[in-house]
Amino acid sequence: MSDLHLATNIYHKPDYDPIRKGFGRGLLEAGRRDERVVALCADLTSSTQINMFADAFPERFVQVGVAEQNLVTVGSGLAAQGKIPFVSSYAAFSPGRNWEQIRTTICLNDRPVKIIGSHAGLYTGADGATHQMLEDIALMRVLPNMVVIVPGDSLESEKATLAMAIDKRPNYLRVAREATPILTTKDTPFEIGKAYVYAEGTDLTIISTGTMTYHALIAAERLFSTGIDAEVVHVPTIKPLDGVTILKSVHKTKHVLTIEEAQINGGLGGAVAELLGEEFPVPIKRLGMRDRFGESGEPAELLEHFGLTAKHIMIAAHDLVKKA
Amino acid sequence: MTNNKKSYTTAELELIANTIRQDIIKMLLEAGSGHSAGPLDLADIFTALYFDVLKHDPLKPNWDQRDILVVSNGHVAPVVYATLANAGYFDKKELKTLRKFGSRLQGHPERKLLPGLETTSGPLGSGLSQAAGMALSMKMNHDNHRWVYVTTGDGELDEGNIWEAAMLIAKYKLNNLIAIIDRNNIQIDGTTEHVMPLEDLTAKWEAFGWHVIEIDGNDMEAVIDACAMARAIVEKPVAIIAHTVPGKGVDFMEYDYHWHGIPVGAQDVGGAPPKNEQAKVALHELRTLRGKIRSEHE
Ligand SMILES: [Mg+2]
Repeated sequence: MSDLHLATNIYHKPDYDPIRKGFGRGLLEAGRRDERVVALCADLTSSTQINMFADAFPERFVQVGVAEQNLVTVGSGLAAQGKIPFVSSYAAFSPGRNWEQIRTTICLNDRPVKIIGSHAGLYTGADGATHQMLEDIALMRVLPNMVVIVPGDSLESEKATLAMAIDKRPNYLRVAREATPILTTKDTPFEIGKAYVYAEGTDLTIISTGTMTYHALIAAERLFSTGIDAEVVHVPTIKPLDGVTILKSVHKTKHVLTIEEAQINGGLGGAVAELLGEEFPVPIKRLGMRDRFGESGEPAELLEHFGLTAKHIMIAAHDLVKKA
Repeated sequence: MTNNKKSYTTAELELIANTIRQDIIKMLLEAGSGHSAGPLDLADIFTALYFDVLKHDPLKPNWDQRDILVVSNGHVAPVVYATLANAGYFDKKELKTLRKFGSRLQGHPERKLLPGLETTSGPLGSGLSQAAGMALSMKMNHDNHRWVYVTTGDGELDEGNIWEAAMLIAKYKLNNLIAIIDRNNIQIDGTTEHVMPLEDLTAKWEAFGWHVIEIDGNDMEAVIDACAMARAIVEKPVAIIAHTVPGKGVDFMEYDYHWHGIPVGAQDVGGAPPKNEQAKVALHELRTLRGKIRSEHE
């Protein structure tokens, strides 16, 4: 898709950068653009990359200590007085530990707090199951008023952060720890609530989010030479879900495969299945975590073990298209 | 002091508090569910705040120079609504819609529905930290003429979020924030010291870096004086531990934790009049100031 200005080196030698770094850069720029932007962190300043903002604007940075309930509720109070608070921690703790505070004081109370869940997904690697947050998409997606964003690379994360700073709703941004391939360029569009067709095809729609979009693109490239022309729809905003773009693709291909680095229960797979179940039921296969926790290991080992690589997508694609 | 600069005598404020208590009984009777003890014991504090202490304007609820009251213990909604209505935020007739379908007076306060509410609350423990965020924002803006007050229950102090907030408020020296703790010694399952001991409560807050003022929270002048003193203390944030009598003003409710979470007329409680008599007895007691107003004796 030429108007998407994707990176030209995705398929041979992609550049790498952690998605969380894109957030750090985006927040710094958002802080420069609007002095109402403030940042809060729960003792993970450099891990979550919020230190770039904290160093540039110390008077607008609040260190709350290891206290995630306080993190989001102090954020709510700042938003009540007109600030635009970005609050960061590991996703396992925020929104993992403070869900009720997010529900009551941010969503129901309608305060535009921007929640950053870092170190989400299997890419958290060696830290193990406690820190590999896999349920955050489901936890945030179920809340009325909440927007859920899962960028596919660091550049998109940067754009998403800037978009969040001017969005009037509560937002959740899920970012990964490890360096992952850069898929986009500075000219690639990003808009909250929009999905993008990163590769066109006619036989199958692969719907992916976050770090999995890279694997989906690699799989689609290889699938073509094995007789399956797959379309890849990248979904950086899981809520509100871009049903128009997804349905348009599925009307064409009539086969759907979803992939995410999270629980499919309530995750992207859940969201897509709900949409298609109501609007256009077709054969669907969902790749992701199936009701189980992760474990320690290198990200590549974990993705292989839990079936979340281009190879696994190809096997599932053949199975799905053959069956139908 | 309200924006119109009208000031009331202590006797006038006590009469307003009494009216608010009668409204609370009537609202709860009509609603058929809700909390009695806390709202009744807080009537003096809420009267002091809205008719003397707070800088606010019922005609301009979003006035950007107003003081803010965060009600962390949202289950005391009846006293919040009765006070706001008596202060002129909305028509008192609306009080009888409490907890009814379609009402702006939800079972627990919802900010977006009713003018004068600063937060949505009910789930305990998160008001102090929201107040901290507001006070921090005012500090960042060098806005030194506004105050953030927050009321909490005492059972609510079981919540960890309260102590996370207490540490942060002391760390950032938020001397523009004043916490008022309703120390009525009860919570749903019994007395606070039975459910989860809080004492030595003063020592706890002091250890967290706060200045503590202990008062009789049912003494109008004491409440107003404590708020004035709290504003004058700049070195530390101030917690006012307001000792109150749960169910204050209604003999059969006072000191009895059974009335924490139920309204008059809903059930028979040992030592109280039969349920269909409770509202009449309670209102008569309040109307006559326990027999002090003789003309009300039939
Ligand atoms: Mg109590």
